[in-house]
Amino acid sequence: MTDTLESRPRRDRHRGRSRVVPIPLLAPALIGLAFLLLPLIALLVRAPWRSLPEQLTSAEVWEALRLSLVCATAATGLSLVVGVPLAWLLARTCFPGRGFVRALVTLPLVLPPVVGGVALLLAFGRNGVVGQWLDSWFGITLPFTTTGVILAETFVAMPFLVISVEGTLRAADPRYEEAATTLGASRFTAFRRVTLPLIAPGVAAGAVLAWARALGEFGATITFAGNFPGRTQTMPLAVYLALQNDPAAAIALSLVLLAVSIAVLAALRDRWMTAS
Amino acid sequence: MTETTDLGTPPPGHLSEGLDARLVVDRGAFRLDVTLAAAPGDVVALLGPNGAGKTTALRALSGLIPLTSGHLLLDGTRLDGTAPESRPVGVVFQDYLLFPHLTALDNVAFGPRCRGAGKAEARAQATEWLDRMGLADHAGAKPRRLSGGQAQRVALARALATRPRLLLLDEPLAALDARTRLEVRAQLRRHLAEFEAVAVLVTHDPLDAMVLADRLVVVEDGRVVQEGTPSDIARHPRTDYIARLVGLNLYKGRAEGHTVRLDTGPGITTTEELSGPVFVAFPPGAVTLYRDRPTGSSARNLWHCEVAGLETHGDQIRADLTGELPLTADLTTVAAAELDLHPGAPVWAAVKATQTHAYPA
Amino acid sequence: MTRSAHRTRRMLQVAGVSAAALLTLSACSSTATRSDQGSSSSSKLSGTITVFAAASLEESFEVLGKTFEKQHPGTKVTFNFGGSDSLAAGITGGAPADVFAAASTKTMAIVTDEGDAAGTPATFVRNRLEIATLPGNPDRISSLKDLTRPGLKVVLCDRTVPCGAAAEKALAAGGLKLTPVSYEQDVKSALTKVELKEADAAVVYRTDVRAAGDKVEGVEFPESAEAVNDYPIARLKNAPDPETAKAFIALVRSAEGQKVLSGAGFLKP
Repeated sequence: MTDTLESRPRRDRHRGRSRVVPIPLLAPALIGLAFLLLPLIALLVRAPWRSLPEQLTSAEVWEALRLSLVCATAATGLSLVVGVPLAWLLARTCFPGRGFVRALVTLPLVLPPVVGGVALLLAFGRNGVVGQWLDSWFGITLPFTTTGVILAETFVAMPFLVISVEGTLRAADPRYEEAATTLGASRFTAFRRVTLPLIAPGVAAGAVLAWARALGEFGATITFAGNFPGRTQTMPLAVYLALQNDPAAAIALSLVLLAVSIAVLAALRDRWMTAS
Repeated sequence: MTETTDLGTPPPGHLSEGLDARLVVDRGAFRLDVTLAAAPGDVVALLGPNGAGKTTALRALSGLIPLTSGHLLLDGTRLDGTAPESRPVGVVFQDYLLFPHLTALDNVAFGPRCRGAGKAEARAQATEWLDRMGLADHAGAKPRRLSGGQAQRVALARALATRPRLLLLDEPLAALDARTRLEVRAQLRRHLAEFEAVAVLVTHDPLDAMVLADRLVVVEDGRVVQEGTPSDIARHPRTDYIARLVGLNLYKGRAEGHTVRLDTGPGITTTEELSGPVFVAFPPGAVTLYRDRPTGSSARNLWHCEVAGLETHGDQIRADLTGELPLTADLTTVAAAELDLHPGAPVWAAVKATQTHAYPA
Repeated sequence: MTRSAHRTRRMLQVAGVSAAALLTLSACSSTATRSDQGSSSSSKLSGTITVFAAASLEESFEVLGKTFEKQHPGTKVTFNFGGSDSLAAGITGGAPADVFAAASTKTMAIVTDEGDAAGTPATFVRNRLEIATLPGNPDRISSLKDLTRPGLKVVLCDRTVPCGAAAEKALAAGGLKLTPVSYEQDVKSALTKVELKEADAAVVYRTDVRAAGDKVEGVEFPESAEAVNDYPIARLKNAPDPETAKAFIALVRSAEGQKVLSGAGFLKP
């Protein structure tokens, strides 16, 4: 009952937006929607519903799911910690070659993830440019570890966050930072207490994008971190390997991943996105 | 700031209290070079057309842009090397820039917090400031819930809450509609009168400037062209811009006795007896228009002109004239109809010597 | 299903014939070729065949494809290399292919079980496992048991892919328990980990060690005899060009074909 009461103003607002949808917009929009949804529907249609409960009770599945959620969340956290400042740097400061740096930041978006994984190995591997020092000085090896999974996912997911936050920063009025400065705030305080709250919706949207990307990450992860159940085998890896000899199991695993990500994204959307 | 060249030595005998500044800012083709001085309690208005450099001057005072050269002293302390967050300067921005995610109270408490006050202390101070502005009821409101006038007062409270020694106001009334403006102008005048340190406001509205400020500094093209009290400037404009602002016809020429020979054009007979370079000014209302050359008129100043344009101006008609002497004339609607004025119509314009005002340039 | 496939084939034939006629004004039609069964006179074969082959066959099959096209002017052999399982899944899913060469009998069974193969698959080569170590074998690995040494980073293929299943079998035969750092998705990525020196050793196929050249060093081990991979090849039922397909399979199984394959490290069946 309360639902109908609450949904009424929302519906009115929707009506106010646009009453007539022109066919040249509607037709491609529906085709686009169908194109996005059909593969998912096919997955549901072909899902082995009867053996599903059995699949889902397998400890390996839950282990992979847990690892996926932990790693995607950690990768998002890592992306936030370094990605938001990077976005700020790109949006708010002027330095030679900034356009070039921005292009570099988006590079992981166009790089095939497997290539990204190889690149990560060449950089942070036991024999890598940086990795050999990590190994010999600190005894840290990243490949084949959960940390490696998080790094691989961060590498692929962070550009989404940086681009989203940078766009929001560019749209935000930099004079608020100036106003904060005249009130005695250092540039960092101004960023923390004024800019960050102002761009929060953009940061949230970027984080959600990055999280979703990290959750589905396959190529860079398996190349850089390998595949070991409980340590580096995330859901996409489990799905891929199951696909090799048991497509039904692969579909079941995909459904689990889908259901969990939809649940998380829906929950986040209600909490974060509607505020913007 | 480290690269600033020639900060200039402060003039000897500079004020140990108040503002003493020479602001030089180079921005490509534009150069700002203005000198400002004000004692505590003074309200100075920087008046000028758009693009004159007023806002640049304000930003230089607040430290948001560095000086190319010159100096900035406040109460005897040099500020031109100080970061904006460390200057005892408060700014009320043109569109207020209230932080949209904070309540009115937290907006006002922001400054005291940044300057070291504890959370409770800052809020107590902010409450007091809002009280003083008559906004106690709106302390918990987010900026988007405030009216224009309320937002303006919150912005003022926020700037004052840091107890600045220099208060800067950028077009403080420009964002308001005409009705609110009247009311807020009066309130702002009261608050500025209570303010014990130096206030500098920037405006392009002569009325705001004259009501709010004790002293006007008129800036055109990055330079100070005139400064003085509002009444002085209103009576003795020295540039076309100011003359237009205060509604006067203004001419420059050389006086020989009661006659001022204009640099371009005819002479004007005045009551003052002067010699050397002078300005002559007269209000548009002092001009009488005739379709035919008047014979019995006692006016000594009579020029043959042509109507260039007509517009309503309050309940009057303002006629723009070109010809022997370009000038504006005000006349009643009835008079305009009787004269059958229309663009291109030839007219005779007469001004009595007693209505003119000449003063040394 | 069958009827529509036939119809499609007929249409393709017609199209192929008219295209050939238009281009070369040749009187030779594909129907004529088909009637000429079992002929070793290769010049009468024509058309394009698509061969789905296990990734490990890539180098040798590329060579054989060139040879075939040279022996039978007018034919064209296109390849689709990949994991045997995905290829099998593609074939049962209706991908257009004439020949399937798998890296295991198990994956071939997927295709034969669906009734998509024509005739019985024949084993044309076998592949044995080998240990790939770093160049120079710095860890002095000489047996499968050495891989169980603590501190050694070993990668295996996942047991869902043939090389992983074979390695599991070999380990079981030796009564060994080995915990690798990773179960790789395919043999190439297992090998890559050693090539990049991220892993100390990998259990891969002889042919992969051979293909990697001097980037890895191969170590043979007796347990590999317990896990020899048979590579079966079969013509597919829906092959538009059965004669050309048959001829290609014949080349693979001929002495000439076997020479190329053993050069890549494969063993005779």
